[in-house]
Amino acid sequence: MNREAIKAIYLFEMMRMKRTLLQSVISPVITTSLYFIVFGTAIGSRINEVGGVSYGAFITPGLIMLTLLSQCISNGAIGIYFPKFTGTIYEILSAPVSMVEIVIGYVGAAASKGLIIGLIILATAAFFVDLRIEHPFLMLLFMVLTAVTFSMFGFIIGIWADNFEQLNLVPMLVVPPLTFLGGSFYSIDMLPPFWAAVSHLNPVLYLVSGFRWSFYEVSDVNPLISLGMIAVFLAVGLGVLQWIFRTGYRLRK
Amino acid sequence: MASIVSVQSLKKTYANGFEALKGVDLEIRQGEILALLGPNGAGKTTLISIICGLSMPSSGRVMVGGHDVVSEFRKTRRLIGLVPQELTTDQFETVWNTVSFSRGLHGEKSNPALIEQILKDLSLWEKRDNKLRELSGGMKRRVLIAKALAHEPRVLFLDEPTAGVDVELRRGMWAAIDRLRETGVTVILTTHYIEEAEEMADRIGVIRAGELLLVEEKRALMEKLGRKQLRLELKAPLSALPASLAAFGVSLSPDGRQLVHDYGNGAGEGRIGQVLATVEAEGIAFTDLSTRQSSLEDIFVSLVGARA
Repeated sequence: MNREAIKAIYLFEMMRMKRTLLQSVISPVITTSLYFIVFGTAIGSRINEVGGVSYGAFITPGLIMLTLLSQCISNGAIGIYFPKFTGTIYEILSAPVSMVEIVIGYVGAAASKGLIIGLIILATAAFFVDLRIEHPFLMLLFMVLTAVTFSMFGFIIGIWADNFEQLNLVPMLVVPPLTFLGGSFYSIDMLPPFWAAVSHLNPVLYLVSGFRWSFYEVSDVNPLISLGMIAVFLAVGLGVLQWIFRTGYRLRK
Repeated sequence: MASIVSVQSLKKTYANGFEALKGVDLEIRQGEILALLGPNGAGKTTLISIICGLSMPSSGRVMVGGHDVVSEFRKTRRLIGLVPQELTTDQFETVWNTVSFSRGLHGEKSNPALIEQILKDLSLWEKRDNKLRELSGGMKRRVLIAKALAHEPRVLFLDEPTAGVDVELRRGMWAAIDRLRETGVTVILTTHYIEEAEEMADRIGVIRAGELLLVEEKRALMEKLGRKQLRLELKAPLSALPASLAAFGVSLSPDGRQLVHDYGNGAGEGRIGQVLATVEAEGIAFTDLSTRQSSLEDIFVSLVGARA
């Protein structure tokens, strides 16, 4: 294992985050604060409690998930896409590093960034709502697993993408609808039975629901099923990566 | 001398069916400077890409330092430094960071003193805190060389190192490569400037349409290729060559009507005046005088021209 290389890639990526502090940290914080103000405070004050939790507190896990998912996917994707785009990837491909080390470096950095931003948003939420976290370790486990899994999906998208449009396709067009429809702002109990059933096809439902359970012990699906689903997503991601390593897809001619 | 890089029946066919390499065999000796000459699209970059790990061979094998570049890539890639043809840099990084990154990526512990030395040798020390986008093209090229040297490679590949670089900088680059050779680093450079190959290389390989046409010592090649010839058409045929002319290596054609003097590339260069003066002194009258030269460039063009 080339530890120095993993460290080099990881630190290099984290440095990039530091350089783009404004857009990578401040912009998600502002966006989420706006959600809190509009949904939590303005509209939320007119909405009853959901499952015994005030509406503002109810939406907090979903908002953190929304940011975590889109940040991890974007960071994971740009991390590997950028060297592909500028051509500096030659250096990584000609270095004594295996694909596993490349993935650990890039996905590790993307997940770390996502987690940092997720925790900052959690802290921001504390300004707007009364937060209660029943199972802090489980909450962290959900965040870490989600961050790693979706940074990996981002990495795969970054390898696949040929242009910036494709790169932004998933984080911009797929993640928000799935998150909004995945019970971030409502309990799926509130939906007609048909749509509640359809919601179970939405992978984000399991993430949001399990994550929310770690806060308030309130969930749409059993938290163990949520953990199981994250494990499935992780396995799917690893499977795709394995295939990419074997074939050198879009990396080595 | 031992081979540091050994290329054996290497073939590469791209997915679109293009045969970039058609069975190349090449032994690169430790410590030499080898120039690979060839027109665009000849397969120079493909060859380098496979040795460095950017491309996978279709068949054949490549050994670097006795290790296979595919199955033992960790060992081979630590020995290799690559300076790519394109000026690909992280525009927003500083010189220091990007060069240090390269060292770490190759599994070496950080060594600021070494990076400092490399940057000083390449006249980049003053620019160490500058972002790459603030640098000129020539400086970026040197940053790429610094990156390639950061992990102390034993073999350095330079793909078109002086393409688009002005004359003065090109001289500087040659001097830098020469210093590298003194430290025992093997250098392989591709170029389509004949002058560059002539100036720097110990051996020259000519590649065309995926085939290695020849690999030879530069001296031998220049002697064979860099020939100049003076011919004098005599008014009356000579029966024998005067001893005074034979001393200059002048020969007489079989019919006795022509005097031929080979020179160029050190062999009798600058002695034309003396030869002519001796001809005069011997009282030999000639009706015409012609010189012919076959430069490396001529031969190169004739070698690769069949397709171009």
